[in-house]
Amino acid sequence: MPLIERQGKVEKQLYFEDVEVGSEVTPLAKVATTQMLVRWAGASGDFNPLHYDETFATSQGVGSPIVHGALKRAWLGQLMTNWIGGQGFLKKFSCQYRGMDYPRKMKTMTEPEEGETWWCKGTVTKKYVDGDQHIVECDIWVENGQGEKTTPGNATVILPSRA
Amino acid sequence: MAKQVYYEDVEEGMEIPSLAKDVTTQQLVKWAGASGDYYQIHYDKDFAQATGLPGVIVHGRLKSSFLGQLLSDWVGEEGMVKKVSVQHRGMDFPGEQMTCKGKVTKKHVQDGEHIVELEIWTENPRGERTAPGSAVVALPSRG
Amino acid sequence: MTQGPALTDEVRAMIGATSEPDILEVERGAIRRYADAIEDPNPLFRDVEHARNSRYGEIICPPGFFGWPVKRSGRMGLTAKVREALAKAGYPRLLDGGVEYECFLPIRAGDTLTAYSKIADITEREGKTGKMTFTITETTYVNQNGDLVVKARGTMICR
Repeated sequence: MPLIERQGKVEKQLYFEDVEVGSEVTPLAKVATTQMLVRWAGASGDFNPLHYDETFATSQGVGSPIVHGALKRAWLGQLMTNWIGGQGFLKKFSCQYRGMDYPRKMKTMTEPEEGETWWCKGTVTKKYVDGDQHIVECDIWVENGQGEKTTPGNATVILPSRA
Repeated sequence: MAKQVYYEDVEEGMEIPSLAKDVTTQQLVKWAGASGDYYQIHYDKDFAQATGLPGVIVHGRLKSSFLGQLLSDWVGEEGMVKKVSVQHRGMDFPGEQMTCKGKVTKKHVQDGEHIVELEIWTENPRGERTAPGSAVVALPSRG
Repeated sequence: MTQGPALTDEVRAMIGATSEPDILEVERGAIRRYADAIEDPNPLFRDVEHARNSRYGEIICPPGFFGWPVKRSGRMGLTAKVREALAKAGYPRLLDGGVEYECFLPIRAGDTLTAYSKIADITEREGKTGKMTFTITETTYVNQNGDLVVKARGTMICR
């Protein structure tokens, strides 16, 4: 069985036959921090001050800097690529930015303050074979600390088959 | 681009063209990404204040880089910036204009190279030198 | 926090410590982002065609940029140990005191640099707002041909 190493753990490859409608995508926890937002700005090239400048964010009516929608989208991408493994293929992906999220402040240069943790989650809604492709469709979302889905979406993946 | 400056154009005591910078919070975040320095005193007001600063401050290395630009603009494509030394003495804040300046302190020929030494600094709107330093450059010669 | 003597045995023992070497692949994109961040429009740092026709033949780094990140893990690991020891002695607040660099060869996009850092010295001085400590880190950058390209000295202030 091919093994992949991820986040220091060796994981098993997921197969089409392992999945049922209603199956859960392995959840992924994320802590957004002011520092993560600045790293994201640099990595993405999105330097909108809404995501780091308190005064600007207040003037825009959002209260304080908010998490970039595209960063949450990137988390959901990680949720799926973690789950489908090295032999799976992410075929289609979408999400909507419905609710605002506010990053944790940093306590030190490396540790965030206590606060909210976000969870990226998903469930399988459909599985079928199309030609030689074993296809799985999922509802996916980012959930905030209150359990609200701030970033819902859909993903379609191709999994390897044991058959 | 400006005309190429030559060793013969330079006199001790002359000022080089200054460079004005209007630093914004956005530029500090761009710098964080471009440099990989994500220390929060440069973008998180609460964090900056908790460490005893009045607010977010400009990265010292950003100021040194502005002074690098002052020099590379001046020496042109035929010149070379050989040595730069900058002390981060005073704090600068986004929203305030900063001016980078330089003055020739010495010129001499050494091992066939036409060397110019300068005093360089950044200046805040109150005329205070927040990042003083010195530089050594090589210029082309008409000779 | 009360400030004791800054140069404790633990701090003093760090003088002369060296870092693991850092490998820096100098990329065109990283040079452009750096030039963008300082708002330097010089085409030598951005425009491949322009650079090809210059005496450098390739995009070069602006002065002071030796590849991304500027604060590299090896050197930061080294200074973090000094900071930790100084924080224990009552000097937890950090400032970047300055930088000095001497350039020997231009750095072109595509170069691979290896950086070696060393804690050259740690001193203390009475400042306007109390005692301050100065940690001098020296870094040598060597390119893929084994040639010395830059020597840099950084000053970290803990107070």
